[in-house]
Amino acid sequence: MKETVLEVKDLVTTFKSADGPLPAVRGASFSVKKGETLCIVGESGCGKSITALSIMGLLPSNGMIADGSIFFNQKNLAEMSPKQMQKVRGNDVSMIFQEPMTALNPVFTVGFQIREPLMIHLKLSKKQAHMRGIELLKMVGIPSPVERMNQFPHELSGGMRQRVMIAIALSCNPSLLIADEPTTALDVTIQAQIIDLLNDLKEQLDMSMIMITHDMGVVAEIADRVIVMYAGEIIEEGRVEEIYENPQHPYTKGLLASVPNVDDPEFDLKPIVGSMPMLNEQISGCRFHPRCPFAFDKCMEKSPETFQVTDKQNVRCWLQEEGVEQNGGRRASSL
Amino acid sequence: MAVDEQVLYSVKNVKKHFPVRGGILQRVKNHVKAVDGITLDIYKGETLGVVGESGCGKSTLGRTILGLESLTEGELVFNGNNISNYSSRQLKPFKKEMQMIFQDPYASLNPKQRIGDALEEALIIHTNLSSLERRERVLQLLNEVGLKEEHYERYPHEFSGGQRQRIGIARAISINPSFIVCDEPVSALDVSVQAQVIKLLRDLQEKHGLTYLFVSHDLGVVRHLCNRVLVMYLGQMVELAPVHKLYENPTHPYTEALLSAIPRPTVGRKRERIRLKGDLPSPSNPPTGCPFHTRCPIAQNKCSTEKPAWREIDEGHFIACHER
Ligand SMILES: Nc1ncnc2c1ncn2[C@@H]1O[C@H](COP(=O)(O)OP(=O)(O)OP(=O)(O)O)[C@@H](O)[C@H]1O
Ligand SMILES: Nc1ncnc2c1ncn2[C@@H]1O[C@H](COP(=O)(O)OP(=O)(O)OP(=O)(O)O)[C@@H](O)[C@H]1O
Ligand code: SF4
Ligand SMILES: [Mg+2]
Ligand SMILES: [Mg+2]
Repeated sequence: MKETVLEVKDLVTTFKSADGPLPAVRGASFSVKKGETLCIVGESGCGKSITALSIMGLLPSNGMIADGSIFFNQKNLAEMSPKQMQKVRGNDVSMIFQEPMTALNPVFTVGFQIREPLMIHLKLSKKQAHMRGIELLKMVGIPSPVERMNQFPHELSGGMRQRVMIAIALSCNPSLLIADEPTTALDVTIQAQIIDLLNDLKEQLDMSMIMITHDMGVVAEIADRVIVMYAGEIIEEGRVEEIYENPQHPYTKGLLASVPNVDDPEFDLKPIVGSMPMLNEQISGCRFHPRCPFAFDKCMEKSPETFQVTDKQNVRCWLQEEGVEQNGGRRASSL
Repeated sequence: MAVDEQVLYSVKNVKKHFPVRGGILQRVKNHVKAVDGITLDIYKGETLGVVGESGCGKSTLGRTILGLESLTEGELVFNGNNISNYSSRQLKPFKKEMQMIFQDPYASLNPKQRIGDALEEALIIHTNLSSLERRERVLQLLNEVGLKEEHYERYPHEFSGGQRQRIGIARAISINPSFIVCDEPVSALDVSVQAQVIKLLRDLQEKHGLTYLFVSHDLGVVRHLCNRVLVMYLGQMVELAPVHKLYENPTHPYTEALLSAIPRPTVGRKRERIRLKGDLPSPSNPPTGCPFHTRCPIAQNKCSTEKPAWREIDEGHFIACHER
């Protein structure tokens, strides 16, 4: 079995507010192995980006890691100083951010932005960095890379800007790449190119990847394992096949039934009632119970334990407890 | 969704070009051909989907059909009336028949106005209802789109994205239109909420016999909701077909590529994707001949010089391509 690169344990990330600290991530635990792609899925506001930014040490100023540990190559990132984190970010872990327009600096050329990390972290000369930059642009499939080095971000299309972002993220040979919705703003044809590119690069470089998305189609194309988040908690985790073919949590099932299948004209769309709670909403028991079609008394009283379904699949739902009659649960899973 | 073959709206060779200005004198240097020759009939009671990549002219087409943009060229015939050159006064009774639902309903709501008052506005302009009757109607509308009576008093910022879209829908249907342009109405919503709004749109259509022009880049949602689909590329029509024919037998190479690019939520079935080269050309300088030839995997010499004709290849199934 491959070695574990990242191990997050009981991570709690909170935001300051007038009503005291509000948790955006509530005790998340997961790990990533070498060469593996882990997808984090869930709807807007469930805590995907904040989980990633906690790992990167790039939380907004009103946010903090309140509890838990983040072990990366045996070192706890949660306890590192900002200066140490800066070094980790340059060398071992890098991230592609959610907004591609804001992530590239509009006043500097592509060349400047790709050379800089190479000169700082790999201590290359300007000339060496330039040559390496051209290689990187070529690797991510940008045509005429030599000319592109002198262009500004606004002269590139959205898909090309995203490729430049990927090139910069890969510049220092990270062992872990975190990509936060790298294709969400792009057209499907361009999205397909970027997904293929990420899959190819990951294989070539034997890199680990955490991919954040809310698109269940993208997950199926890229993930080895999946974690599903809801309102700050990981509610289900498993191999990609397990999540799609044998989802256990009512929320995971609901998500899959909410996306119309392009290949199925008879697809029976089943919305989940209600919407994601706000950070300051108090919810007793299971955080999904107000929207859950299967909720029973216990769900309202006690936060569910984690139940093991297979060696890789875990789910936080009281329906898994022995002796609980799955009223209608089977109907939902045979969609 | 009972679609009879009665034409509600006839769109004939419609063009919308936007001037591009430049230089010190801000002279018109060029034109963006946002919509460049669209001809189609929209049938009563149908949902006609419009798909294509960002910038291909979907929203402009919707806005032009609603009379929100002036026509550069072409004709609009609504219910047998040629309204292309109508004055705004002549247009008023037709505007009542046509409404729009936007991607971001928040942008079109006044933050300082209570939801009830916002919904009443159209009733004041287009009906003679008394204020009591208007209130009745607004409460009925809130109920119809799945909101509550107490929402009447609330302000836009107090609503979630899905609820705001319900308000946008309530506003669009408030004066009983027959035709609604839905411009990416669910794109900004979470999938669970998106499914709720899709169901609502479908229920309302059934109940009121509405006709929709449904603009979207989500081909899954379009398959689920539409009867026919128009595929646009650089302002032009490349394929138009009943929904099952388009998805089961896509014939234009662009439609094929678009459908093959969608990530499928099914594991293990690795499909061969048709890879398109390059990016979308600029709509102010579209390629000659077939607009798709610069990225087309099967293009021949002819494609770069001669514009392919629009032709019917099967009942109700039209394409513009030399090679298919
Ligand atoms: N700077 C901040 N101050 C206060 N709350 C914040 C801040 N940033 C994020 N949050 C809250 O933290 C929660 C998690 O946010 P996060 O950005 O991780 O969501 P996400 O899952 O990435 O959603 P999306 O799919 O929309 O990107 C949300 O409820 C959000 O409102
Ligand atoms: N008012 C305007 N002035 C100048 N150009 C415009 C104007 N409105 C739209 N355009 C241009 O017309 C083209 C078509 O735009 P439109 O908004 O219709 O595309 P779309 O298909 O709706 O794209 P999206 O999927 O991104 O919403 C684009 O190139 C756009 O930049
Ligand atoms: S614990 Fe209860 S409420 Fe939560 S998902 Fe399971 S059944 Fe539904
Ligand atoms: Mg995010
Ligand atoms: Mg648009």
